[in-house]
Amino acid sequence: MFVGKVVGQLWTSKHVNALEGMKLLLVLPLQRSAVGGKPVPREDLVVAADATVGAGIGEHVVVAYGRAARVCLGGNQDLPCEAAVAGIVDELKLEGVGPTDPPVPPSLFRGER
Amino acid sequence: MLVGRVVGQVWATKKQETLEGIRFLLVRPLALSGDAAGQPVVAADVIGAGIGETVIVAFGRAARTTLGRGQDVGYQVAVVGIVDEIELEGGRKIEA
Repeated sequence: MFVGKVVGQLWTSKHVNALEGMKLLLVLPLQRSAVGGKPVPREDLVVAADATVGAGIGEHVVVAYGRAARVCLGGNQDLPCEAAVAGIVDELKLEGVGPTDPPVPPSLFRGER
Repeated sequence: MLVGRVVGQVWATKKQETLEGIRFLLVRPLALSGDAAGQPVVAADVIGAGIGETVIVAFGRAARTTLGRGQDVGYQVAVVGIVDEIELEGGRKIEA
């Protein structure tokens, strides 16, 4: 799982049948350097499905992967999704950054200008 | 899943038998700028995406599900949708 910011929403007209009606969000992961790891230079945007949480652009979310992601989408393991929004972040405290209410400082997100 | 642009197609004559008849595309992940900037991935395609189109790519079980041949197939990356439009913060849009 990871924490990220919803930066966009995707619209598709042609897709595999099981994706019909699925809300697809573009999520920018929290920069690893902000939580003690090495910074990752490339931008790696993740597309996460949201069937139960109702997250919107600008919100901070927790994203789950794999089987856990499909559980967050209702439990059908034959869904063609392996990343899903599991929750909306109310508050995020980071070591050395101090308490931060959303929005988290933009500098903590990869590639954000 | 990731969003990327189809930058090429891959053909292989000699391949593992479960890959017979599957079309493979080369997809480069998109950056927020809308440019294809990431490390390319090879994705199976059953929906008929073409070079230059923007697509959503799924991984693992989610990818194998798209083919409808069960989970015993030799790939783990697949195109699941063709993107029409990406809406960003402030109403900005990336046209696919």
